[in-house]
Amino acid sequence: MDFKFKNKDEVTLVLGGEAGQGIQTVEQILLWSFKMAGYHVCASKEYMSRVRGGQNSTQIRVSSRRVSAYREHTDLLVALSPGALEHLKDRIFPDTVIMGDEEDVDEKALGLPFLKLAQEVGGPIFTNIIAAGAVCNLFQVEGEIFNRCLSAMFSRKGEEILQKDILAGEKGYQLAKSWDKVNIKKDPSVKSQVLLNGSEAVGLGSLAGGCKFISSYPMTPSTPLQVFLAEQKDTVVFEQAEDEIAALNMSLGASYAGAPSMVATSGSGFALMTEAVGLSGMIETPVVIYIGMRPGPAVGLPTRTSQEDLDLALYSGPGEFARAIFAPGRLEDAYQLSQQAFHLAEKYQIPVFILSDQYLADLHYNLPEDDLVDLEPEKYLVKTHQDYQRYQLTPDGISPRGVPGHGNGLVVVDADEHDPAGHITEDLELRSRMVEKRYQKLENLKKEALPPTLYGEEDCEVLLVGWGSTYHPLEEAWRKLDRIDLGFLHFQQLYPLHQDTWKYLEGKKTVIYENNIKGQLANLLKLEAGVEIQKKVLKYNGMPFSVEEVLRSVEEVI
Amino acid sequence: MEPEVYDLPEADVAWCPGCGNFGILRALKLALSDLKIKPEDLVLVSGIGQAGKLPHYLKGHVFNGLHGRSLSPATGIKAANPGLTVVDVSGDGCMYGEGGNHFLHTIRRNVDLTNLVHNNMVYGLTKGQASPTSQRDFHTPLQVEGVFEEPFNPLTVAIALGAGFVARAFAGDVENTREIIKQALLHKGYALVDIFQPCITFNRVNTYQWFQEHTYYLEDHDPTDREKAFRRASETGPYPLGVFYQDQGKKTFEENLSIYREDERPLYQREVNPDVVRQLIRARKEL
Repeated sequence: MDFKFKNKDEVTLVLGGEAGQGIQTVEQILLWSFKMAGYHVCASKEYMSRVRGGQNSTQIRVSSRRVSAYREHTDLLVALSPGALEHLKDRIFPDTVIMGDEEDVDEKALGLPFLKLAQEVGGPIFTNIIAAGAVCNLFQVEGEIFNRCLSAMFSRKGEEILQKDILAGEKGYQLAKSWDKVNIKKDPSVKSQVLLNGSEAVGLGSLAGGCKFISSYPMTPSTPLQVFLAEQKDTVVFEQAEDEIAALNMSLGASYAGAPSMVATSGSGFALMTEAVGLSGMIETPVVIYIGMRPGPAVGLPTRTSQEDLDLALYSGPGEFARAIFAPGRLEDAYQLSQQAFHLAEKYQIPVFILSDQYLADLHYNLPEDDLVDLEPEKYLVKTHQDYQRYQLTPDGISPRGVPGHGNGLVVVDADEHDPAGHITEDLELRSRMVEKRYQKLENLKKEALPPTLYGEEDCEVLLVGWGSTYHPLEEAWRKLDRIDLGFLHFQQLYPLHQDTWKYLEGKKTVIYENNIKGQLANLLKLEAGVEIQKKVLKYNGMPFSVEEVLRSVEEVI
Repeated sequence: MEPEVYDLPEADVAWCPGCGNFGILRALKLALSDLKIKPEDLVLVSGIGQAGKLPHYLKGHVFNGLHGRSLSPATGIKAANPGLTVVDVSGDGCMYGEGGNHFLHTIRRNVDLTNLVHNNMVYGLTKGQASPTSQRDFHTPLQVEGVFEEPFNPLTVAIALGAGFVARAFAGDVENTREIIKQALLHKGYALVDIFQPCITFNRVNTYQWFQEHTYYLEDHDPTDREKAFRRASETGPYPLGVFYQDQGKKTFEENLSIYREDERPLYQREVNPDVVRQLIRARKEL
């Protein structure tokens, strides 16, 4: 077989299979095998909302340099189910090499006796491991590394199963023995790097930011973050709520009692929480709200990606009060912004949002440990005294925040309009002062808002604009184009916007990329920064932008 | 401890003169003072309604949140600081209507709190509509042909769900209500006290006199017998008062949290441990 990609320094591999077939296990084994062999890797997946059957796929990019974006081109397609080829037909190109079971693929493809060999080991369940072994040998992953990954994955299932998996892996390696191998240059420094996904990056950042409590209701694509934090049971209390309404109210209770708290959800789940977003605003109790966006409205496409809920987050909850919204693009930013979200929430006593999406939540890649930067811990709680007043009026709108049991004052919070002591009031003069108090926090929030990041020259002619998870495809496309007249501007704080935002955009030919139909950030930029974005490239079919798509669209503009 | 320690003389009480809520407020103050629970160790959690205003009239920490949601923040408060005494004060609309789902699941969680529900069988604050506990044929401006639904029976629901303490009191009898609330406060785990409370403005049917004539105290009742408790709680005319059911042996929500197994400190006292986070990060260098 001629592997046309064998001398490239970067190969895109796609695994296609059915839900319940163990494709996720293979993805993990391959990803870790590549990484531990010294390759830069990134993986992103698309899957159907089904427990069994349906077609899913994972893309793994293997490279000599850091990679992190989704591409549409496929160098090697490993079909683990008969339906995979049909499902992935748009991502098969003339130079794509297809590998699959000899019974499932035609003569142009590389048909291999996966199933037959699997039967020899103990049944069709081993097909995937045989395929993974063949792929790892093709990519010159040392057998010892591959076996270490198998052990890590299967040792908990008992020695007998592990041995069968190792045998299956060996059979896979045998298959590829005589093939011309892929010659991607290995980077030994990758071996000591970390391999993370977007959900873990937010989870780790939340822990570093002080998260002690999370209540949530399972909902794709926020569930992996919930699982990650539930596992940290000696550091964080996780409580699965009966519904999202309870979840945010519970987190606000824990926060009131002094535990930095969060919730994790997605669009429709967050819709149920919006009542309590207003409560957070009114009682000035901090909370971090993670929204893993997926296409709506209503149930939409549960397992796909979107950026449709910026408006929902921005305008959620009755009444007027300050809030902040972050949307990380890179995993290292997800780590840092999650800490920042907790710090800001505690400092300003407000709800702070982290907008992620299915693509980012499931996106894996390797990065140096030092890229995950810890922010200095800060303390915002005060010890209360006898005449403590929770809503004492102050010049910046922030009242010293006490918690029950810390000091001898009483902490009174009320969803009704309240006086400085926290008790119900209908004093309309005081009402106005309280509204101003809650809203004026926005002035200082603006002063510490993160500016967008500009890649390229300040005086570039054309500016690609993106936010959140579109970072990687846009950045890679911008880098590939390598034009002095082209810049890329990425927003990771969407609200409030940095006061100089207009300066970055004014006088430029601007093209914004968003995974929604409205151009929600474009609209916000017009409203808040007074800048009209000239062209919108909008994608809302549930898939992320690919690098190639961005490249094509830029060519049309320039 | 004198009950006056809970007084808030400056409070502007919004209840109608003669409201059943006054009896409950008094009984709660007496029960708290009997048990020497200090205001700074007490958190009163409530939602919206006339009952939900009680925390503004009694000295303690207060979380007066959203309509129907009070049990959720109460759960969060106990999760973050199990040493606090948490009393959730709600009305029948707040707890059994808007908050029905939270009511069910807080019982299942067995959070160590006392749930007082002022049950006047009518919506007071919104001026006289039916509540989940309104009796059949009760006419209101919205239920123009009278209520036709089966009244919600919180006691049988709570017993069915395995609540560890289920009682009913009557606001017109402060002394007995004080004793029942005291037992509820002493109970480890979730404790429900449904309290019949006349609304003198919007419920002209279920008045002080009506409750007096239609209630009696349980006698010779074994509160550890769940089936019997269920039967007694199903009685609707007259209505028994007292402790229907108690199971002292149930593990609470907080006792199930592993975060407190080796460290009893409330969560606000715990610093971030950067080493723990770094360890988790470094664990992602190998599969």
